[in-house]
Amino acid sequence: MALISREDVAHVARLARLDVTGDELDRFAEQLGAVLEHAADLAALDTGGVPPTAHPYPLANVLRDDVVRPSLDRDEVLAMAPAAEDGRFRVPRILGEAP
Amino acid sequence: MGAVDLARQVRTGARTARDVVEEHLAAIDDRESDLHAFNLVLAEEARAAADEVDRRVAAGDDPGPLAGVPVALKDNFCTRGIPTTCSSRILEGWRPPYDATVVTRLREAGAVVVGKTNMDEFAMGSSTENSAFGPTRNPHDPTRVPGGSSGGSAAAVAAGFAALALGSDTGGSIRQPAALCGVVGVKPTYGVVSRYGLVAFASSLDQIGPFATDVADAALALEVIAGHDRADSTSIPHASPSFADVVLQGVDGLRIGVIRELVEGVDPDVGTRLAEAAGALEAAGAKVDEASVPTTTLGLSAYYVLATAEASSNLARYDGVRYGLRVDGDDITAMYGATRAAGFGAEVKRRIMLGTYALSAGYYDAYYGQAQRARTLILRDFEAAYASYDLLLAPTTPTTAFELGAKTADPLTMYLSDVCTIPSNLTGHPAISVPYGRGDDGLPIGVQLLAPALGESTMFRAAAALERSLR
Repeated sequence: MALISREDVAHVARLARLDVTGDELDRFAEQLGAVLEHAADLAALDTGGVPPTAHPYPLANVLRDDVVRPSLDRDEVLAMAPAAEDGRFRVPRILGEAP
Repeated sequence: MGAVDLARQVRTGARTARDVVEEHLAAIDDRESDLHAFNLVLAEEARAAADEVDRRVAAGDDPGPLAGVPVALKDNFCTRGIPTTCSSRILEGWRPPYDATVVTRLREAGAVVVGKTNMDEFAMGSSTENSAFGPTRNPHDPTRVPGGSSGGSAAAVAAGFAALALGSDTGGSIRQPAALCGVVGVKPTYGVVSRYGLVAFASSLDQIGPFATDVADAALALEVIAGHDRADSTSIPHASPSFADVVLQGVDGLRIGVIRELVEGVDPDVGTRLAEAAGALEAAGAKVDEASVPTTTLGLSAYYVLATAEASSNLARYDGVRYGLRVDGDDITAMYGATRAAGFGAEVKRRIMLGTYALSAGYYDAYYGQAQRARTLILRDFEAAYASYDLLLAPTTPTTAFELGAKTADPLTMYLSDVCTIPSNLTGHPAISVPYGRGDDGLPIGVQLLAPALGESTMFRAAAALERSLR
């Protein structure tokens, strides 16, 4: 039985904001299924009472003084943007209706 | 000639940095068109940097410990004003507004950057075949892959294009190509080298390290790039020790365990070289026996859940808004979807999808949560092993370099080539791959020394002892 269906792949692609073709739906369903099947050894593991590790080295609450320091040059950053206007990034329409 | 010797010659005025860089640029001219180690060769910039080093030497200044040493940078290190692509269409043409900390430190040490090296797109792969700009080939046999994802950096050092190179290692992306190209590759303890300016793949696993032709060069390179950086909040606030002066200290009395679970399943010639390495360490005075790290076999599954989950989050930033490619759409959601579909290659899409799935409602705990708990068990297992051993020894890769195209059709087969290197990324511990002879096919084989957190000095001592045993 497939671990991940074509519909699951389409749902995940929407979550990831990634347009996929019909061929990709089929291919990803098969390939992701194979990787998830390999990962079944994790499911079989008894991890009762085992805390998760998110980070390999225990550093916490790394703070710095709250002082103003130079940051990246705005014009240099915006020069690399696909579209910019009036010192800001320009993007297509966000809301569903025109104002 | 290696980095230590080149820097000594340049610092003492015995040879000019310009002469050194010309020699390496000539090697690039000679073979780069066959190998494709670089996305970008910075010949004029390298000459200018070398001339500056020579001016400082002539003026009686010391340009630093890497004076005039040609260095290649993986193309996922930000270089101000110089294209940084991660071998992806989505960043093609992007010129970062700042330098990565490691790039600044190399330059401050007198190193000369000769180019940006090819890689698997966003460091996702084990063969450098996932580059949007075409594969890199192995200098030992151009029909074979150099390994990956830092395949261009490994090939550049193996081909004599640069004395040193930097790569990034998320699941073996320095050590695996180092082994397949017959050079030394180091993944330091997580947090020893600042990741500021390294384009993120999986932030809890990514670590920067050097490629070199010998252990002393690798130790010197790590010494230069290591150390606390307030621009990376995961960097360890710990004075970085000198690594370069430990390499002659030997291994007398060190306890070294060969990881049984990682020996099973490797090719017979790889197993033979590993046994010879164990024998050499024993002959040099170490106590070597078999060690067991049972959960290490879970590493591959845990890794491909955690790394893809982190990647799916990190790569959300490629949305066509702030940098790189944009494909227009009627509204912003259509623009996102079209931009990402056009800009990412197949492997990157696959991993974004897998990671998004592992983090999605209903599956989060079964995959991501369970992989994080498995990571704890693996970490505990290694810590238990280090109660009995100073170092662990293992193969770096199950096979020698495979042929181009051999594993591209089946992602899982490709993933399996990282099985020996992944555990060190999950634990955050350091590891080094050292060339140790050749396989039945005549291609290089690497063996791996693993150390506990911040155990780099001991690791370099044993690596240098292995190297000496071959001379």
